[in-house]
Order: sequence, then structure tokens, then C-alpha cells
Amino acid sequence: MNTEDLRIRLAELSPVLSPFFSTEFGDAVIGVGRDSLHETARELREIGFDRLGMVTAVDRDEFFVMVYRLQSRALSAALFVKAKVPRDDPRVDSLFDIWPAADWQEREVFDLLGITFDGHPDLRRIMLPDEFDGHPLRKDYDNPNVIRRPDYI
Amino acid sequence: MALVDKLGAGLAANGGGVILTSVDALADWSRGQSLWAFPMGTACCAMELIAASFNKFDFDRMGTFPRSDPRHTDVIILAGTITEKMKPAVQRLYDQMPDPKWVVAMGNCTVSGGIFYYDTYSVVRGADEFLPVDVYIAGCPPRPESLQDGILQLRALVKAESIAPGKRREGRYAIPGAPEASEPE
Amino acid sequence: MTLEVESRTKLLSEDGREVEQLVVNVGPSHPSTHGVGRVVVTLDGEIVTKAVPMIGYLHRGIEKMAENRTYLQVVPLTDRLDYVGSMYANWAYCRAVERLAGIRVPERAEYLRVIVCELQRIASHMMGMGASGADTGAFTMFMYAFDLRERVIELFESLCGARLTYNYVRPGGVSRDTPDGWTDDVLAFTASMRADLAEMDSLFFGNTIARGRLKGIGVLSAEDAVAWGASGPTARASNVNWDLRKHDPYSVYPRFEFDVIVGDRGDAYDRGRVKLLECYESAKIIEQAIAQMPGGFYKADGLPRLIAPPPGDAYDHIESARGSLGVYLVSDGGQRPYRMKVRSPAFCNLALLPKLALGHTLSDLVVILGSLDPVFGEIDR
Repeated sequence: MNTEDLRIRLAELSPVLSPFFSTEFGDAVIGVGRDSLHETARELREIGFDRLGMVTAVDRDEFFVMVYRLQSRALSAALFVKAKVPRDDPRVDSLFDIWPAADWQEREVFDLLGITFDGHPDLRRIMLPDEFDGHPLRKDYDNPNVIRRPDYI
Repeated sequence: MALVDKLGAGLAANGGGVILTSVDALADWSRGQSLWAFPMGTACCAMELIAASFNKFDFDRMGTFPRSDPRHTDVIILAGTITEKMKPAVQRLYDQMPDPKWVVAMGNCTVSGGIFYYDTYSVVRGADEFLPVDVYIAGCPPRPESLQDGILQLRALVKAESIAPGKRREGRYAIPGAPEASEPE
Repeated sequence: MTLEVESRTKLLSEDGREVEQLVVNVGPSHPSTHGVGRVVVTLDGEIVTKAVPMIGYLHRGIEKMAENRTYLQVVPLTDRLDYVGSMYANWAYCRAVERLAGIRVPERAEYLRVIVCELQRIASHMMGMGASGADTGAFTMFMYAFDLRERVIELFESLCGARLTYNYVRPGGVSRDTPDGWTDDVLAFTASMRADLAEMDSLFFGNTIARGRLKGIGVLSAEDAVAWGASGPTARASNVNWDLRKHDPYSVYPRFEFDVIVGDRGDAYDRGRVKLLECYESAKIIEQAIAQMPGGFYKADGLPRLIAPPPGDAYDHIESARGSLGVYLVSDGGQRPYRMKVRSPAFCNLALLPKLALGHTLSDLVVILGSLDPVFGEIDR
């Protein structure tokens, strides 16, 4: 369904969530604070968003933005959930107990961006060796071994 | 003199049925003709390595056969990007191969890091950082014919590096049919 | 690499003797790991009690590299993600760029994209099924499958010049139009392919030994498939009717008639058989697409030489041979992506391995790993 129908449907199914609904680039987004992320996710799961497609994070210098993409076959709808995480305290609740699909995806975000997930059963590095130092996908990651591509286009 | 020519000459000279050769010529010839390969296929080049061994570009007709156990192989074909995490495993597999052994770097990633040379924090830029590579095959990925040509070059190299003491060539070796190697200016 | 192992756990067997569990390391270089995956297996005799997959042996930092490349220069990087299916990896990325930049792709380009993607699906399934055959010891199946795959690769070679990493689908369209007579070659291929698929079906999936080795192995329930984010043939074999081409349609897929192949048991046999039957559906789609394909240009009009989308983010996905492959792009208004994230279906499918392998033997673990169809370029990025 398109975003307008989804907005209406969401207002029916979950009045508490619909104020946080917005549209960006044609996608439906629910923007929440870090503390209400877990309840929001549980509420969305109850409504019928049974698939967690993607868990990722974007480094926006002063803060991180956690981005989750949920999909529902029954409602034929998909939406994003975005939560801001402060840079000096990069912790967020794990959604493993709601969707087990979050398991490896959260480990990847921890490995590459350094965001800790409280409640994750086994949070350790997944892509990089255990003894690797730093989180490469952060914008301030500095490694003298990396050869930067010269700026010819 | 190639063994084949010796064969013809020997047959003609001795009325057929007898070849006179030396042990090292025979050994050099047989070592080169049947190089069993360890397919260290990590990434995309592994697909071309598999394709080279299968129906269309049959590798077995050149005597090169993929063996999964490094202890049975002569040459390790490094096909695909080697990352820092994978490096100890490749080193250990290379060490497990018995001498004499050769290394073929297949694909741009093992030659120099390839497309992953810039901006990456986890790729080993070229297999020759930690292994003594004998043949470099460029391509991303190289065609199966390129890989087979690389093995043929390796075969020439194996035959030139004779097992007879004193016959080892210093400097460049001559590939049959290639123009004479000239000194760089 | 440190790993907590329970290798010296003493258990009591049925007759009261103390036994130890054995920890066996499978990979990262192993003939049956389909690339560089490592599984640390704890065995009680032959039975797996714990299987921990360890990945990252091919982590090349593609997402970080994409931050220092222009949008067009990222396309060859996406080739190397899912290297068994470069066409649809390119396509997922290009869809995300087009969504972000608001580029409208002409119809002919959409049809060409569908044709190459479906051909790529056939080639990828051949690799997946063939590797599954090799795992059970049916090496002939691998050879037969690769023969079919070579024919597809020859078609791609005449189209865009490359055998494996095509760089064909570009933002705005495709890189070049088809050569003369290419569509006739494709139709000849799809006509001859069906007989070969039927032969492979009876040779492998009808074989008693293959049935014995694949049936009942690694059963995945429908609830687990949805909860764990599985997609593609892995989920469809477990009776989860979810195919992005039908249930979240994109491009010109709504114009084609095809069925979604769904299995009912969710074991390795169904996962393999779903892949084979999907190839027939792909042939149907290709034939319809060639019949319907209009003339026109293969690239969008007025495409800027350097794409600089407005600030924002976009996600778009396609149905690849492994599942739903998505790309999430964040733009800051410049010529390079601010962040690129690839949602890899094989990554999510592989997370199921510890669950599926429990209680099976070590040789069955190999079969399960093969049936999940991992491609480590995509898993490790």
C-alpha cells in the first residue's frame, strides 16, 4: 500500500505511533527516541510487521542514526524506523527478542560502527578479526594503512 | 633439446623403440606435465577457476587437476581477494604443501590488490606481500583461457628450473616460441 | 581468534561412560564451504551439538570504499558483491540511485534489465544446485549444471563483453543495447533449456541416493523463516509465499505471468527443487519480455555525467536468486554516496545455520550449508 494508506491504517491500528509517522523520499518513516525504540518495535510487531529486513546505522558526526526497515506481508506495507543515538553513549536496545533476524545484523553494526546493543545474546565482532582495533565505517576512522583514492574523476 | 625431439631422433637413430635421454630431462618433463593444483578460491576468480576445470575449458587435459588436500599438490592457485583475516589460513596451507611448490596469483586482487587497492582497510594488496609468486595472471576475473595460459607458462618455468644441479638458469628463462629475451635498456 | 569452546565437556553416554565432545573446524578453505566460510562444529560422535559459523574472511570493505567513489564508479564494486549474480547486484544498486536522484528509466532498458536478471537467476541457480550436487557426491550434477551456466555466460559475453563481472546495469539504464540476433539466441537457449532441466531433475532430484541425502535434512519451519529474515528459495521452500516480484513488484514485472514456486517441507531437497523449478518460470518471463520489449533508447534522457542526488536516503530492493537484495543509500548532495549499505540475503539466510544443523550429522551439515546457497562476496561484503 502507498504511504497515505499506510498512514491511515497505522492511525487505526496504533494511535500511539501515528504521530511519529512521516514521509521521506516516498518511504514511510517512524522517528522515535532511543528509549522508546523497543516499545515501538514491539507495537509494530503486534500490528503485523513480522519481517525485519535491514538493521543499519549512519554516522552523522554528532550522532548516529539507527535505521530499521520493517515489512509486512499481511498489510503489504514497508516502513522505516529511525532512532537517534548520541555519539558519546552509543548504546541502544537490542531487538533480538522481537525479531531474531536482528542477531547477525546488530553484530555487524557493532563491528563496523561501534554501537552496543543491550540485551543481545552474543555481541562480538562478525566481519573483522577479534583483535582489530577501531570501527571502520565511522567517519573519523583513521588507519595509516589505508591508501586513499586520489581525486581524479 | 625437448624430449619430443629426442624421442624422434632416438627412434630414428636406434631403429625404433629406444630413447636415450638423461634422468633430469625426463624428470623435468614429467614434473611439468602433471601439475596438481590446490584451488585456493576465495572470491569471484574462484568461479572462473571452477569454469576452467569443468566442461568447456577442461583443465584435466593439461594434467592440472584440482586437489583439495594441499599435501597432494604442486601448485597453489590463489584465486580471489586475500584479506588480513584470511592471510594466516593461506599461509598455513602454503606451508602444508610439500616442496617443490609454485604459486600462481590469479586475478588482479592477488597481483596487486586490484579494484580493492584504494580505501580498504582489510585487503592484502597482492599475494606477493607474503608468498613467493611465480606466475601473475592479470584480469578481473581472467578468462579461463588466461588461467590455462598461465599454467602453461608455469609449466615452461618448471621445466626450465631443472632438478639437475648446475643446470638451473639464472635470470630469465626462455619460453618455447617466444622471442629472445633482451636486456632492459 | 579466541572462541569459547566446550571441547572438554564431559558428558555421560547411555551406558554411563564419560565421553568428550569434539570440536572440528570446517573451513575457511574447504571444498564444501562454497567460498570462505568457517564453521566451528561441536560434535558428539557424529551428531552436531553446536555449529558456529564464522564469516568475514572476504570482508573487503566495499561499503567504506563506496563512500569515496562516484555513483557510477560504485557499480563495478557491486559486481563483486554477489559475484555469482552480478547483474542483479548492479540492478539493486541502480534502483536505489534512481530512486534517490529521481531518474526515470526508459521502458526498453527496464525490459533489458528483466531479461538479463532472469538469465542471471538461471545461471546462479545452476551454481547453487550444482554445488548442492557436489556436496552430496553427485559430481555429474555439478558438471551438467555448469554446462547450462556456460551457455548463459556465453550470451552475456556477446551482450556486454564480460563473463562474470558485467558492469552492465548502470544508473539510468544499461550500458549498451543488444547486438543483432541476441534475442534470437536467448530464445533458442530458453527453448533448449527445458529439456536439460528435466534431465537434471530426473538425474539428481529423482535419484534415490540424492533423495535420501537431502530429504528431511535441515528442516526450516515457516515461522522461523519469517522471524529470522530468510528470503528467496530458502524461505519459499518452507511454504512462505513471499517473492518480491509478485508481492512488492518493481520494474515491469507486473506485466508478466509467472508462478511463485513454493515448497512444503522446508528441507534441503525442497530448497534445491524450488531453485530448479524457478528456472522454468524464469524462462517464461524471458520469453514474454522478449515478445513485449519495445524499441527506444537504452539509457535515460538527460542523464548527468556525474550524478549528484539531493540530500536524503533511499532503499530499494530486488528479488535476487538468494532472496531480497536491497541497497540503502544516503546522500549528502555530493557526487559520492555518504553511506551505502547492502542488505544481503545470503547473510540473513546463513544466520539460520546453527539452528538448522542441530541434531544432524557432520556430512548433513555440509549439505545444509550448500542448500542455503551462501556466496561470501555478498555475505562479507
